[in-house]
Amino acid sequence: MASLTKVTEAELDAIEVGAGILGTGGGGNPYIGKLRCREELKKGRRIDVIPLLELDDDALVVSLGGIGAPVVGVEKIEQGEECLRALRALEEELDCKIDATISSEIGGANSMEPMLTAAQAGIPVVDGDGMGRAFPEMQMCTWSIYGHKSSPSAMADEKGNVVVFRHTASEVWLERLARASVVAMGAAAGIALAPMRGDFIKKFAVPDTVTRAWSLGNAVFEAQTNHRDPVATILEHEDGRLLMTAKIIDLKRHLKGGFAVGEVKVDGFGAYQGETGVIDLQNEFLVFRRNGEMEVCVPDLIVVLDSDTGLPITTELLRYGQRIAILALPCHDLLRSEEALKVIGPEAFGYHDLTFTPMPRRANAGETR
Amino acid sequence: MYRIGIDVGGTNTDAVIMDGEKLVLGVKSPTTEDVTSGIVSSLAKVLEESGIKAGQIGAVMIGTTHFTNAVVERRKMSKTAAVRLCLPAAECLPPMVDWPDDIRETVGGHYWLAKGGNEFDGREISALDEDELRGIADEIGKQGIDSIAICSVFSPVNSEMEDKARTVLAERLPQANFTLSSEIGRLGILERENAAIMNASLRQLSAETVKAFSAALASAGLSCPCYITQNDGTLMSADFVRAYPVLTFASGPTNSMRGASFLTGEQVAVVVDVGGTSTDVGAIIKGFPRQASTSVDIGGVRTNFRMPDVFSIALGGGSIVQPDDPITVGPKSVGFRIHTEGKLFGGNTLTTSDVAVGLGIADFGDPAPARALGEDRLNAIRDVIDEMILNAVERMRVSPDKIPVLAVGGGSILVRDHIGELPVIKPENFAVANAVGAAIGQISGEVDRIFSLEKISREEALEDARKEATQKAIAAGAKPDSIEVLDQEDVPLAYLPGSATRIRLKVVGDLDG
Repeated sequence: MASLTKVTEAELDAIEVGAGILGTGGGGNPYIGKLRCREELKKGRRIDVIPLLELDDDALVVSLGGIGAPVVGVEKIEQGEECLRALRALEEELDCKIDATISSEIGGANSMEPMLTAAQAGIPVVDGDGMGRAFPEMQMCTWSIYGHKSSPSAMADEKGNVVVFRHTASEVWLERLARASVVAMGAAAGIALAPMRGDFIKKFAVPDTVTRAWSLGNAVFEAQTNHRDPVATILEHEDGRLLMTAKIIDLKRHLKGGFAVGEVKVDGFGAYQGETGVIDLQNEFLVFRRNGEMEVCVPDLIVVLDSDTGLPITTELLRYGQRIAILALPCHDLLRSEEALKVIGPEAFGYHDLTFTPMPRRANAGETR
Repeated sequence: MYRIGIDVGGTNTDAVIMDGEKLVLGVKSPTTEDVTSGIVSSLAKVLEESGIKAGQIGAVMIGTTHFTNAVVERRKMSKTAAVRLCLPAAECLPPMVDWPDDIRETVGGHYWLAKGGNEFDGREISALDEDELRGIADEIGKQGIDSIAICSVFSPVNSEMEDKARTVLAERLPQANFTLSSEIGRLGILERENAAIMNASLRQLSAETVKAFSAALASAGLSCPCYITQNDGTLMSADFVRAYPVLTFASGPTNSMRGASFLTGEQVAVVVDVGGTSTDVGAIIKGFPRQASTSVDIGGVRTNFRMPDVFSIALGGGSIVQPDDPITVGPKSVGFRIHTEGKLFGGNTLTTSDVAVGLGIADFGDPAPARALGEDRLNAIRDVIDEMILNAVERMRVSPDKIPVLAVGGGSILVRDHIGELPVIKPENFAVANAVGAAIGQISGEVDRIFSLEKISREEALEDARKEATQKAIAAGAKPDSIEVLDQEDVPLAYLPGSATRIRLKVVGDLDG
């Protein structure tokens, strides 16, 4: 697929849908971020996308995004330049010039903020991210897994407060201190993490994911315009597999430590008549079992789509009786290493009895990606 | 005393007379451009045909799509000022940012951002600045705008700033009408603000409409009270409609679901309302429609205030059928032109009605053109129609229990005796279910405020709220012994000094008399 080099309004709509699909049920809603990017474009700013491999080895790339409670984000919308102020604070602290931004998580809401800040700062956004999907915690991204330290980092709120974390004892301490600050700031702020060098990020970012989100969204729009089956269209575009077309027959969800935890039971229909399935969720969809046997689990992607429209269904919108298509998409190899599985494998989510078995890729898929 | 229920639809204005729990008579008249004369003629018709005198009517309940249509057609909406209390937050996305251009232009697109708003924990984002608000009031006055919507960050949790801002603005703008977002929507500032702005822009129209309805009643010789139905199946007095016209949005599907429930006596069911071009499917629980959990689009504008959860498919009595493989039904429809374009009436277009008549399940028009396709083909087409309905019903089904499906609306002849494993009930007066739904509208009483739990328990607070809501319902005309709790929700507010909880509670009861 052709790489995306520039984002205009049309691409934003497709990225919104694609980021929703890659959010695997979580990641937050990209809608407000999309509107904010659109406003930047209307002001005449541009969103340029740079392919990962075109970065200079000594380029400085910053991962940034919103931090806080999602429910606050839809009520107290940002002033608009929080992340930009955090980025400028980092430049000041380190006496450097940042060359590009990157998303830590392409799935869901965090797909948008790096594009927005890049447009405001007049720098490009990197075509890649730290997950290739969505996960609940900051340290679950590839660069943290492969040794990047997130401090010094900077946070800014809408009131003009800027906090710089010059040194933190560990990634967990940064998370703890940042959480305390964000609560004081009113549960919504922008955070920019320590810059990464081009040569590091070329090795450890999941490549081409902005393009991938855009192309996924486009596949859905194309199918809708041409009255084709959107699920089949997505599968043609993607190196994925249809697990089941199914109807939700039972749904359990509750809040546990700030996360939505639960399970979805389904009965197959169409070609899957007579089969049963269960999807476990913790913010994102984690495990898919067919007739009681585990078939796909994290870090591979389990995606739930409305079987008619092809649009992604997030965990809070699941409903008894919905007819859904359950898809599996293989995660990137960076997420499958031994180090990575310690942080984002089934064990990390409390499944001590499950072992991650990578879902197979299509024969030619390795060459294109 | 008798009651009259009226449903003003896009094509027909239906009227029914009810004697307590009994439906006396239902009539249909064409909806007119000015709406009022259609109401006058249907009132005259239903009184004449039933032989009941105007003096015997205790109340008239009207369900109308007037306000929804105004938004959809971008007509009769007033210039509106949106005032958001938020700075320095929320500057990046101004009010009406995601509205289609034509509707934003219709309401003028005027907005002001001001200091104010609360944090999630009750702190102020910044203090309200009365001088700033007075300056805004002067600018609004200069623009000649007198409909104002005020929206403050986190106002569903704390509405004090919206109240205060209204007081300050009203001092300078004594003629203006105000809509506060906290009175209409829930958390999600853009959607709540959208609903508030739409409400403000419809205030003028709602005042005129209420006046026209009263005139219509008077010209039919009726002097009884007139109520308008809102989208949760309860009634609004004329004063209330003047203040909150958006609460009528989607009252049409609500009335048809409530009417279907009433006519069949079923309290938990899926309702399928088949019209000429589309089918609305919804679920009722305890006789009331299930609420939508996501944002709902009205005329291209996202809102999040309570609405019935309705799934619509492009299937109706006029849907165009393409009989060759692969068979398709809809989404195009001949609509009300079926009487000239449908093959059964000598036209050139094969419709779902042709198929129904060809199969002998309905008896109107000429069955011959459809029969020429052969019985196998007709049955294959019907299977496609069944599948479409099954799909929609399964989507709205609320539990694995075998709840019944209630089929209403003029096109419900297309619905079979069973949908999948669910039995179908078609009430006798299926064509006027909407007007029945309006006529059985109930009176509600609502409490929504913060209760301190310093001296009383949560249970006692809920009990206090229930008593308060019951008193309100009785004052609004509800029969005391018929009142029950429809909905209650309490959200603990851990941050307030001491312990407090926000209770929202709604009771409903039958209209007295």
